[in-house]
Amino acid sequence: MLSKQYNFMGVRRAAAMGSLLLVLISLGSLATRGLDFGLDFTSGTSVRLNFSESVAIGEVNTALAEGGYNDAVVVSFGSDRDIRIILPVDESVAEADQASQAVRVGETITALLASSTAADITLEGSDYVSAKVGTELAEQGGLGMLVALGIIMVYIAVRFQFKFSVGAVVALAHDLIITLGLFSVFGMEFNLNTLAAMLAIIGYSLNDTIVVSDRIRENFRRLRSGSPADMVNVSLNQTLGRTIITSFTTLLVLVSILLVGGESTQGFAIALIIGVVVGTYSSIYIASNVILMMNVTREDLMIPIKEGSELDDIP
Amino acid sequence: MLNRYPAWKNALIFLVVLLGLLYSVPNLYPDDEAIQISSELSPLTEFDIERATTALEAAQLNFFGAAINDESLLVRLDSVEDQLRAKTALENAFGPDYIIALNLAPTTPAWMQSIGAGKMNLGLDLQGGVHFLMEVDMDAAIERRMEDNLSNVRSILREERIRSRGLTLVDSTHLEIRFATSDDRSAARSALITNFPELQLQNSESGDFFVLDMRMTQDVILQIQRDTIQANRTTLINRVDALGVSEPTVQQQGANRIVVELPGVQDPAQAIRILQRIATLEFHLEAELGASSLSYEAFDYQGLSINVNNDVILQGDRISNVRSSLDQNGLPQVQISLDAQGGNQINRVTRDNVGRLMDILLIETKSRTNTTIDAEGNEVDEVEFYEEKRLISHARINSALGRQFVITGLSSREANDLSLLISSGSLAAPMTIVEQSVIGPSMGQENLDQGIRGVQVAAALVILFMLFYYRVFGLAANIALIMNILLIFAVMSSIIPATLTLPGIVGIVLTVGMAVDANVLIFTRIREEIAEGSSPQRAIDAGYDRAFTTILDANLTTFLVAMVLFTIGSGPVKGFAITLMIGIITSMFTAIVGTRALINLIYGGRKVEALSIGTIPPRTEALTVED
Repeated sequence: MLSKQYNFMGVRRAAAMGSLLLVLISLGSLATRGLDFGLDFTSGTSVRLNFSESVAIGEVNTALAEGGYNDAVVVSFGSDRDIRIILPVDESVAEADQASQAVRVGETITALLASSTAADITLEGSDYVSAKVGTELAEQGGLGMLVALGIIMVYIAVRFQFKFSVGAVVALAHDLIITLGLFSVFGMEFNLNTLAAMLAIIGYSLNDTIVVSDRIRENFRRLRSGSPADMVNVSLNQTLGRTIITSFTTLLVLVSILLVGGESTQGFAIALIIGVVVGTYSSIYIASNVILMMNVTREDLMIPIKEGSELDDIP
Repeated sequence: MLNRYPAWKNALIFLVVLLGLLYSVPNLYPDDEAIQISSELSPLTEFDIERATTALEAAQLNFFGAAINDESLLVRLDSVEDQLRAKTALENAFGPDYIIALNLAPTTPAWMQSIGAGKMNLGLDLQGGVHFLMEVDMDAAIERRMEDNLSNVRSILREERIRSRGLTLVDSTHLEIRFATSDDRSAARSALITNFPELQLQNSESGDFFVLDMRMTQDVILQIQRDTIQANRTTLINRVDALGVSEPTVQQQGANRIVVELPGVQDPAQAIRILQRIATLEFHLEAELGASSLSYEAFDYQGLSINVNNDVILQGDRISNVRSSLDQNGLPQVQISLDAQGGNQINRVTRDNVGRLMDILLIETKSRTNTTIDAEGNEVDEVEFYEEKRLISHARINSALGRQFVITGLSSREANDLSLLISSGSLAAPMTIVEQSVIGPSMGQENLDQGIRGVQVAAALVILFMLFYYRVFGLAANIALIMNILLIFAVMSSIIPATLTLPGIVGIVLTVGMAVDANVLIFTRIREEIAEGSSPQRAIDAGYDRAFTTILDANLTTFLVAMVLFTIGSGPVKGFAITLMIGIITSMFTAIVGTRALINLIYGGRKVEALSIGTIPPRTEALTVED
């Protein structure tokens, strides 16, 4: 697999079109369908029940599903006779009525469960969970992403060259938009864990792009002939082995989280798997493509004179 | 080229490895499920152990290690189910005067605890518990400070014999004093200016009056807000301690909120009972006989109706300490200590009022939701704060009081209750719970187990792959990988006491995947060097050398991202960022320095024919691109 030289940049226009299409579909879906926000962001109802005798959570789940509450999450609450049922917001109810709706839902659920068990059930309370905090976290996360993107641009501009920072940031934006877009298209739940995953994708995608950019810089300085497209191609081929292996080990890890990590981390794992696949693709096709589109030249990357002696070390 | 590390460098790496091992080992000791029994009334005794033993035996529960520790009783149990059943049994046996709390008891050996090697704090999502978000009513804190200023101004004017024509609180940061003459105002101004450095004075005229406006500056308001949240946090910490939770978190979040996390606690009602005694204190004088009915309010005290003057002579936030004790004659008393300003304040008032009665009001803030209809006809829910005032002490002033004074003439029960009430009321501002969540113990345990299994499976797969793909070099990378995980655990357990959450575990797992990246980069370079005809020793050296800048750039940028996330984010975002940052630093060390040391040990300092690094790619011709 490593012996062949692939002409990645030969298909760069097709790749750019493909990416553009994916980004547009993602943005379109985000604009029309939006994201399926989890309880962290949407507010929700929580109902506390007390049973006169021990209750099995599995049975409650079954009874609730039969009553049409498929989204209900049941947890034990303090003792083996108390449970808490968490329900997402009922979309058909106006926002201002949610708090009073929560009370009604509590009563309905109590009646429903009472018919399925011999135990006496007491409704100990039902409350409306505010999404204020989750929304603030999302805002912080969004702000964090923007600040992070800004700092990365400056760092890469200093360490490499401005054209490389544009490449890296376009690649990051590409990865985030497509990952979010897939969450939107497939209606997967977006919660605080998925938000953290988005932030991890920034880190991963960046890592990949920097490794490729590093090689491009090195080859521009080292190789005497060849067009910029050739330089990029050689660099991509040289880093291809590493790119594939690192993506492979990361995917190994993520798939094991997905399979054995339990329900709570599933969303996280799925978001990251999408991010890693898209991020690997973007470090090959997007970042390099942008650098080429901006007409990167050997002069952009020439080492300042005082560091010139470094060249002599290269055999 | 020898590829050898000097002895000191190997020794240093060995030392880091050893410390990493030592400080991560405590995480292997699982906590025991336990029940903590405590009482606000009296410390628990041997008799209570017997009472607990009888109750648990009657319920046919296995328990062990029952011991009294810091006035509370701790009983260890086998499982979470037993723990919940034991709680019910003990609640029935002990009754409502005792706090029966679910808890976790550490099993780490004492010598490890003595060198500071402890367990990692687990987040609520991993061990279950209760989470509260409390909002501090800042406006109330500022208004209260201004009311305090108002009564100080009044007493200073009285002392200086300056007649005013009215003192009013215009709003929570603005006080207005009216005078009949400009001379009175000047006199007042010079008397007040030194006493109130935090207020800005300004003259104005209103009708026939000469007005002196006193306003709080923005800096002072910010300072009060900072002090207020700090004071509330401190009081919350004290209250949480009363719950006997092993590792509580009480942290400021944003400008006006405090997060309280009580891991292991499964009964939020109990926690709310203690946390929600949101209360403040005010000291007043009893109204004089024949005083205008507008100047006092009547309160009930032990069946009597007491008229309490409206002027606040001292606020609860001036109290620095309160405890019940016995005087030299063995009679119960409550000792109250004030800060310097509080001491001056109470002295000024009490020296002129010896013989009168002083009252302490406990003001508890509660909230209720009101539904109103807005202009568009929608129902709008508004949370309204309201105050409930209670007279908790009615005592005669026997002499001028200072920074320390005692309240006597109480039964020991009364003294105890009063000191508890006063300490619960020395809060700077009222708080309400705006969010509450409970994570069951089974769910937490499940999250933890699955998280650990995720790390194990992921690490095993990566280790097998690296061994298969890079042979001896893969082995070095694998040892470095395991070291890396140990170091992350050690750092999180002891050096930076960070809390491990589910996103944090995923952060660690991700580090496992990405940490091998540095080694992949290095090994690919070494393979390339060999393909280009370098000798094995030279290839190793050049591979490490050339991959270094790439690794540094890649890790530095990711670290910058993690730092931004840590600074801006909170909750899961922060938990993820912290493991990512720690992972980047430790993985740089293990993947570059650690594997190099191992490779040097294996290949260094001798003649090597070939390296065991897997398939060497054919030489890459610089510009032979297939079209």
